[in-house]
Amino acid sequence: MTIPTEQQILLAVILFCIGLTGVLVRRNVIFMLMSVEVMLNAAGLAFIVGGAAWGHADGQVMFLFILAMAAAEVAVGLALIIQLYNKFKSDDADKASDMRG
Amino acid sequence: MKELLWLIVALPFAGALILALAGKKLPRLACAIVGVGSISLSAIAAFMVGLDFLHGNSMGAPFDQTLWQWIDVFGLSPRIAFHLDTVSLTFIFVITFVGALIHLYSAPFMWKEEGYARFFVYMNLFVGFMLMLVLADNLLLLYLGWEGVGLCSYLLIGLFLLFTNFHTLNIQAILTAAPAKWAVGSGVAITTAFLLLGGAIGKSAQFPLQTWLPDAMAAPSPVSALIHAATMVTAGVYLIARTHVLFSLAPIVQSTVAIIGAVTLILGGLAALYQHDIKRVLAYSTISQIGYMFLALGVGAWSAAIFHFMIHAFFKALLFLGAGSVIWVMRNEHNMFRMGGLWKKLPVVFWTFLVGACALSALPLITAGFYSKDEILWLSYASDKGSVALWFTGLAGAFITALYTFRMVFLTFFGPRKAEPTQRPGIAMTLPLIVLGLLSLVGGFIELPDNMGHVTLFSRFIQKTLPATMITSFGHSTELIAQLIAAAVAITGAGIAYKLYYNKPFPAAIPVRNSWQTFFFKGWDFDQLYNSIIVAPIVFLSRIDKDDVIDRFYNILAAITRLLNRALTATQNGRLRWYAMMLAIGTIITLTILFYP
Repeated sequence: MTIPTEQQILLAVILFCIGLTGVLVRRNVIFMLMSVEVMLNAAGLAFIVGGAAWGHADGQVMFLFILAMAAAEVAVGLALIIQLYNKFKSDDADKASDMRG
Repeated sequence: MKELLWLIVALPFAGALILALAGKKLPRLACAIVGVGSISLSAIAAFMVGLDFLHGNSMGAPFDQTLWQWIDVFGLSPRIAFHLDTVSLTFIFVITFVGALIHLYSAPFMWKEEGYARFFVYMNLFVGFMLMLVLADNLLLLYLGWEGVGLCSYLLIGLFLLFTNFHTLNIQAILTAAPAKWAVGSGVAITTAFLLLGGAIGKSAQFPLQTWLPDAMAAPSPVSALIHAATMVTAGVYLIARTHVLFSLAPIVQSTVAIIGAVTLILGGLAALYQHDIKRVLAYSTISQIGYMFLALGVGAWSAAIFHFMIHAFFKALLFLGAGSVIWVMRNEHNMFRMGGLWKKLPVVFWTFLVGACALSALPLITAGFYSKDEILWLSYASDKGSVALWFTGLAGAFITALYTFRMVFLTFFGPRKAEPTQRPGIAMTLPLIVLGLLSLVGGFIELPDNMGHVTLFSRFIQKTLPATMITSFGHSTELIAQLIAAAVAITGAGIAYKLYYNKPFPAAIPVRNSWQTFFFKGWDFDQLYNSIIVAPIVFLSRIDKDDVIDRFYNILAAITRLLNRALTATQNGRLRWYAMMLAIGTIITLTILFYP
């Protein structure tokens, strides 16, 4: 029995909001990165739902793109976190606030 | 030859222009030659113009030379034009001649100073403006010269009623039209004359605006000689003489001129008696002597005032230059109590200074000062506007003058020697002293009183332009008695100074003064008086007015701006999560606006 499309989209939205909340609330940069991953996956789920609803393969293709991009982004993000840690000796995002007015 | 009149004014300006443009690149000698040469050429031109003016011109008819139309709008059309008559001829003679001597003197005096070319630029500009002032034929051009000399004196150390009534600022036109239009003693006449008097008081450093002159002694001595002895301070005398018609229309103001003159001459004299700086003695002396000129103007003795101006220019410039020589050789020492015993070491300076001092004290018969001051004293008694009180004041002033003058001479040149002079002045510095000394001796012989040969060359010269003095006639014997009294007063003053100051030891460099002496030393404490009357209330009022409505308004504007600044700064705190939060909120708001039905 197929799940109604609206509920699928709702799932994607809820996942996205959870991810967003995680980014805003968490202090540790690694957890922020994980939350961003959750957001990306939520967006990918939305694409899959769309593809299934219209019966095209484009949704799956987009999800592949998103996955590849997420992997690359994680690589870059972890490298940046290492640099951040070298400079500020801590993984607290709030410590890196030198560029203030 | 009279056409060279414009050259007299143009040459100093040309000298100033050359030195202003090229002075930095010229060697010192060239600067000196240009600076001194321009004024000397102007003096020669003045001499030639004067000769041509007097030749075949026994009526003293004035000579006008127009250069060009300056302004021409709505009926106001002053021209750049010069008006030469006997009065202005006297003034330009004094200004160029004494000015040339002072420039010659200052060439070696200022040799070691910085800005040598600039000094001569300002000196030449000053002489140019002063000449413009006295040769102007309309009040606007005169005012240009007036402000120019003020500007230059600042740089060196630093008409509505008339126009609406006469629709012209041309001085001659005003002077002929004024008696026809304004009654004697009318309010307009009094106001106009009073305002002119105010300007004259400020420029000529009379009571109550005399406080600036002693402080202006910070300038080098040639500047003091030029500005504060011979030329600028006499601009007030010139203005009153020039607009004498307006003053005779307002007798109250003319009496005020006389009273101001009388008060000032006592004020300056007593202050000069208690100074220890030689230049301040001469500054207060200048204030006092110009008081004599104002006294003469006030009783209607026009030619006597101008005669005294001319003679005073000679001996006062001489005294300033002589004092400058002493200061120069004593390595910038101004305090008379630290000088002494110089008469053998600096013979030329001493003898010329002595001549100048005798002229200032109006020692009888041999000095020019006697003739000029005696005429003022006599006319302050004998003129129809004179009185015994004015005469007595003048006499007391003469006594004080002799006293402080010879005090100055004895302290500076006699007594034990406190310090050695470093060098002798050269010919460029001593030649002006000698020339001015000779003039101070013989300059008086062109105007001898009635009972001493009755030579009236100068007064007749001036009376071609200014009216003669009304004398309530007294006999010759009265005049002789007055002269004897004046002579006796001067000699007594010199004698008392001799008794008190000749060869007396004065150990203290700054003498201990009791309260009276301190009062006179500070020039009757006018600085303190003006401070408490004028300055302190203004400061007090501005302090209690710090927070009034208008200030509040602007303070609120500033406070709002600061608040906004703080608010905006808070949004830029460099924290990533904060920015992300802002992004999220922005997105929500945008979506709400887009999709809310």
